Amino acid sequence: MTVQEHPRTGIVAPQEDPHEAPIQVRGLHKAFGTQKVLDGIDLEARRGETLAVLGRSGTGKSVLLKVLIGLQPPDGGSVRIAGHEIAGIRVEELNEIRKHIGFLFQQAALYDSLTVEQNVAFPLTRHTRMKEQERKQRARELLASVGMDRDIEKLPSEISGGMQKRVGLARALALDPEIVLFDEPTAGLDSITAAEIGRLIVDQKKQRNITAVVVTHDIRGAKFFADRLLLLHEGKILAEGAYADLEKSKEPFVKDFLRDGG
Amino acid sequence: MGRLLISGFEWFGDLGIFCARLVRAAFTPPYEWRELIRQCDAIGAKSLPLVALAGAATGVVLSLETRDSLIRFGAKSLLPTVIVYSLIRESGPIITGLIVSGRIGAGIGAELGSMKVTEQIDAMEASAVDPYKYLAATRVLACILMIPLLTVAADFFGMLMGWLANTLADPISLRLFLVSGFQTVAFSDFIPPTLKTAVFGLIIGVVACFQGMRTRGGTEGVGRTATSSVVLSSLFVILADVVLVRLILMIWPL
Repeated sequence: MTVQEHPRTGIVAPQEDPHEAPIQVRGLHKAFGTQKVLDGIDLEARRGETLAVLGRSGTGKSVLLKVLIGLQPPDGGSVRIAGHEIAGIRVEELNEIRKHIGFLFQQAALYDSLTVEQNVAFPLTRHTRMKEQERKQRARELLASVGMDRDIEKLPSEISGGMQKRVGLARALALDPEIVLFDEPTAGLDSITAAEIGRLIVDQKKQRNITAVVVTHDIRGAKFFADRLLLLHEGKILAEGAYADLEKSKEPFVKDFLRDGG
Repeated sequence: MGRLLISGFEWFGDLGIFCARLVRAAFTPPYEWRELIRQCDAIGAKSLPLVALAGAATGVVLSLETRDSLIRFGAKSLLPTVIVYSLIRESGPIITGLIVSGRIGAGIGAELGSMKVTEQIDAMEASAVDPYKYLAATRVLACILMIPLLTVAADFFGMLMGWLANTLADPISLRLFLVSGFQTVAFSDFIPPTLKTAVFGLIIGVVACFQGMRTRGGTEGVGRTATSSVVLSSLFVILADVVLVRLILMIWPL
């Protein structure tokens, strides 16, 4: 098998079966003490698909994302990302897989001592052979693609929450990942900014054909940007399918959730 | 009482796991040279004024306090020796250790604690950067490397100001003061006590990074981390000093 490097970043593409779903989770269990958070979750995100994971606050949606990127170890079950089982994997191997995954944190989690531009360039500095000028150029392109072509010399504390999310998205996309995980991308934003972030997710998906998992309780947003929705309740998947399929569900919780908008 | 004991054991257990990850991260390539240099500057160069001031104050106090006693016993000529000997064997190292544990312990604890509660450390890990290597190992190594150098600076400024305080009352040239002071000082009086501060650096770096990277509970948690980093690292520095002084005396008896 030939090793394929990304033409721009030089990162080696993961060796995976192109017909295999990039994200496959089987029988995932996760508990904190006696509290079961995820109780036998099965899910799959197909290539180029945007999967929205919905549910009330505290149902383990963010934990699921952190398990997918290896920030939390699963207690049981199988988690396959880009063709690799990540449960029990060595940190070095996990880091190789992480280079192909972008992660947008709920509060953006920008490095507060770095400027906006430096934040976006950080993964490039760490993992590519790009020269400083190339990195700057790439960071500016990414920032422009999320509508952040100004204020790039500012610190994260000097820009608004919506702008921080945009910068976080640009940073998540810096290494041209095949998979992007979004943790509550629209939480805490006004409806106009939330809609803008939703449009950005759709645009990036179209431009880059990324596989995305979006954790959210924003049912309106999910209806707009997701191909498939999945409703998590008490550690289990209660409903799964397109928005229209969920609307047909007779499950009272699903009906309530859709009616109340999460 | 039982719960306190269990949480104490848990703390030491977690510290052991942290140290194992830290050692692995520090000795596995690629090495974070650029970040190490940046931390050496932040920990070493930026602590220099405070350490120099503390060393200078110690020198003045030593000069003022011992002068009268030595005159009473007719041993005034021993004053330079007492100041130099006291500074390089114990006052310089311990003052530097405690000053740095205050300034750097709180700084590292609060910085990493704040990064932890705002998910910046998770973000770093998610972008395939090992925070143990990038954040912790560089800070611990910088502490180990910089504190002995800061100790030399504290010793130097202590001697300088000790001489100045002495010469105001009883003029003596700096050269004569130093020659007289170093007359009875041997290798074992200077190198081991100075190098023992590398252990202080290890303690301060490890405790502050460990406390910072396990911070919980928002800004209040960051405040608690900063306080506990200073308290614990100062406490362990004092305890380590007792052990190291005994060890140095066993290897190089007076």
